Amino acid sequence: MTLDPIPAPSISPVGAHAHETGSKNTRGVGIRYLTRRAATSLLVILGVVTITFVVSRLVPSDPAQLYAGVRARPEQVEQVRQDLNLDAPVLYQYVLYLGDLAQGDLGVSFATRRPVSQDLRRFLPATLELALAATLLSMTLGIPCGVFAAARRSRLSDTSIRLFAVTGVSMPVFWGALLLQLLFASRLGWLPLAGRTDPRVTFDEITGFFVIDSLLSGSLSSFADVIVHLAMPVAVMAAYPLGLTIRLIRGSMLEVLGSDYIEAARVAQVPRRTILSRLALKNAVLPALTVLGLTFAYSVSSAFLVETVFAWPGIGKYLTDAVVRVDYPVIAAAAMAVTVVYVLVNLVLDLIQARLDPRVELG
Amino acid sequence: MHTDPQPSARRFGLGAAGRDRLGFVAPGGALWHFVRNRLGVVAAVIVVLFAAAAILAPWLTPYADAGRGIPDLPIRLQEPSWSHWLGTDDLGRDVLARILFGARTALYVAVGVVALSVAIGVVVGAVAGYFGRWVDEILMRITDTFLAFPPLLLAVLVAAALGASLRNTVIAIAISWWPWYARLMRSQVLSLRQRSFVNAVRSIGVPDRRVIAAHIVPNAMAPVWVQATADLGAAVLTAAGLSFVGLGPRPPTADWGTMIAEGRQYVLSGQWWIAGFAGAAIVIVAMAFNLAGDVIRDVTDPRARGERQ
Repeated sequence: MTLDPIPAPSISPVGAHAHETGSKNTRGVGIRYLTRRAATSLLVILGVVTITFVVSRLVPSDPAQLYAGVRARPEQVEQVRQDLNLDAPVLYQYVLYLGDLAQGDLGVSFATRRPVSQDLRRFLPATLELALAATLLSMTLGIPCGVFAAARRSRLSDTSIRLFAVTGVSMPVFWGALLLQLLFASRLGWLPLAGRTDPRVTFDEITGFFVIDSLLSGSLSSFADVIVHLAMPVAVMAAYPLGLTIRLIRGSMLEVLGSDYIEAARVAQVPRRTILSRLALKNAVLPALTVLGLTFAYSVSSAFLVETVFAWPGIGKYLTDAVVRVDYPVIAAAAMAVTVVYVLVNLVLDLIQARLDPRVELG
Repeated sequence: MHTDPQPSARRFGLGAAGRDRLGFVAPGGALWHFVRNRLGVVAAVIVVLFAAAAILAPWLTPYADAGRGIPDLPIRLQEPSWSHWLGTDDLGRDVLARILFGARTALYVAVGVVALSVAIGVVVGAVAGYFGRWVDEILMRITDTFLAFPPLLLAVLVAAALGASLRNTVIAIAISWWPWYARLMRSQVLSLRQRSFVNAVRSIGVPDRRVIAAHIVPNAMAPVWVQATADLGAAVLTAAGLSFVGLGPRPPTADWGTMIAEGRQYVLSGQWWIAGFAGAAIVIVAMAFNLAGDVIRDVTDPRARGERQ
């Protein structure tokens, strides 16, 4: 129903009830649920747009100055004030702003004078490529590690996995990025220091996703070049979501293992392996979809920092550069655009989860 | 008129199961579990050392002036030695002194962010949960909207609008954090509202505001404090991220994130110690808070320990 970024264990009674009724969900996702969920998302998007508007127009003491930048001359500031209708009533400004957004107009960068929407479209694939790779890495590693740790609770392997996970969620990503650069690029020379491709490598940009584009070009050496450039940024970006996934899966797995129906299975002498892999895992991994949303969110957030260190030409670096130049239209528009993408991703994940999990209310 | 059956259990944040079965210090009690958990003890010691470093910084280093930001250019970029254990930075300031003074900044941000967001979140969550219906509906829609922003993005948006300063960092992060506490508080209040002692005070005509402030909130705070402890580390991390992109405290304030940002250009040329040690400080402190939070959650929630109810 509502957007639910609060992770897994909140969907409690995971125990017996779910098991009784949870054989097969044949009803599918109800149309009413779908429309209601979509309507909520639309409302949230409107809210996000409103918050962005409020923060950018009402929070600063002089928005015109903020928009024109710190080094702007007074007449430039005055020009901005008129361009943005800042002397008009706030409500009128808000309506104008919504109108512009509806037409896909996100404003113009003060540094480059280019429309922000154009820039965003250009930089989006680079960031998505990173974020998707990081999400994939953290899920494929995180779920097995979490299950394994829960199964071997309090043993040495559990403790080391937990330490690894807690390091992941405690490390500033940009610091991890620096360490990797120092070790693998500067000292060992195994991986390229930064960038998305070697300047000498060229291929047609068809999708904007270089992994796909380089494969389409049919040249294995360009593909290899793209992969080695991806390695460090993805590893760093995956650190936080990986730690998070391990912790959440371990937590929900432990909770399931403590529940009545597992105890019943134990008493009935169902083999331990079956309990873990068949009975417990199913209920413990259901929340993984929620984790998927969170993982994506954290990847996108850290893109902001990781792309800066690795000179990766994505939205994150675009945003950081805008912060350095105090290019506020870019900051506001980019933050809003990323958030809207995130809301939509969450909507899709929720609908999938409703399809898979009979406990999610229908209708 | 206060009818909580066992105030001590509430104070130590024991869940219902823990309250009935176990004492606090007795074998099997919360403190017993905590001490038995070696990681928890290590984490607690680090947290105490961190707080001590922050408070006592000027007395712990002979280079207090450097810690406050006064440059000493002749000794710039010296590597770690007996006189400067962690080396000196690009302005010739002792890195250890900067880290000790940076602990003050970190502690200020961590406590500030958590206190501010708990304050907002508790009020919003309690009001929404207590009054229900349209009040709840409106407040929770607003909360959800704030939660829709990916972490860090809203903080960047607000910090960039307010301008870079230490106080603004705290405000910016708190604005993106309060919704988590609001949700937690609301779920607590929803279950408390049905309890007989709440009905009792309401039936004798105690005004709503007083019911919330004196009877509901105090009984609902335990999980909020658990969450807040774990979040102190995340606050340090988030603030470091803001500092790294230039939205942190202004120089000469010592700040770990800024140290990494400034030390970054020297890392590849071999002067790794500025960014290296500042980052290590963040990792150690964030890890200690995260571990402490984990352990507290484990000992207060028997379900998380994997025990049967």
